[in-house]
Amino acid sequence: MRSSVIIFPGSNCDRDMDVALKKFGFKNQMVWHNDQSIPKSDLIVLPGGFSYGDYLRCGSIASKSKIIKSVIDFANSGGLVLGICNGFQILTETGLLKGILQQNKFLNFICSNVYIKVKDKQNKYFKDLKKDVLELHIAHNEGNYFCSDDELKSLEDNNQIAVTYCGEDGTENETTNPNGAIKNIAGIFNKNKNVLGMMPHPERMIDKYLSGEDGSLFFKNILDNFK
Amino acid sequence: MKIKVIVTLKNGVLDPQGKAIQQTLNGMNFGNVEDVRQGKYFEIEVKEKDEKKAKSLVDDMCKKLLANLVIEDYKIV
Repeated sequence: MRSSVIIFPGSNCDRDMDVALKKFGFKNQMVWHNDQSIPKSDLIVLPGGFSYGDYLRCGSIASKSKIIKSVIDFANSGGLVLGICNGFQILTETGLLKGILQQNKFLNFICSNVYIKVKDKQNKYFKDLKKDVLELHIAHNEGNYFCSDDELKSLEDNNQIAVTYCGEDGTENETTNPNGAIKNIAGIFNKNKNVLGMMPHPERMIDKYLSGEDGSLFFKNILDNFK
Repeated sequence: MKIKVIVTLKNGVLDPQGKAIQQTLNGMNFGNVEDVRQGKYFEIEVKEKDEKKAKSLVDDMCKKLLANLVIEDYKIV
């Protein structure tokens, strides 16, 4: 499976993502934001970080980069596009995903491990995943997902909510919501479920000695579903 | 020509920064502050003499970049 990670000025999880993808057998290439085209890929990843210093709104400047037109075309033709953290913010700013990531409810930068619940498995990311609750890592200041009531209803009706913040046992409530996101939303799909944006970082959970391996499950699952 | 734009959060959208500012003001004995909403202010120099045209250009900019209409309103002043 071929993948491309897009690097924007201020991206800082791009190399972690590269390491993770290669570890599980993706043929990964790094692509600069100012390029016009993306090498032949089965998966495009927009990595975490602080593209353009989070100026104006997180992800807003990156969403107008030269490369983004190719990303949108790729997504509209059914290609897999994964946005992690700042990548999720960029995807909402392009319009590929609904809503926006606002500042965390309690105005604090959160850096911690969280549990997330997989809400939908009818897609190429989570199909046949052996666990329903994953332990992943978050590090963000703007992860407070928000959208209009109508958009929320359409997300729910089409099963576009991908993952939610929860407890170790899968309970979702206010105490397991780190940032104030509506409905504990940690990640969503587009309508066709080929575009996934999520705040948690699977690429930080790929080593059993350093972190945990629930991120490994995520990457292996994408590969398995591709075969 | 210089066009000025104010971008604010829509009514009903939580503004934690505004809230923190309000609480701080209250703590500084400005007890009559009931609500604070924080926004953004832009001064845009447009190479255009016709005010109507310039404002319509800036309106387009607001829709495409300066404001995110999911949570923000804008006003060209």
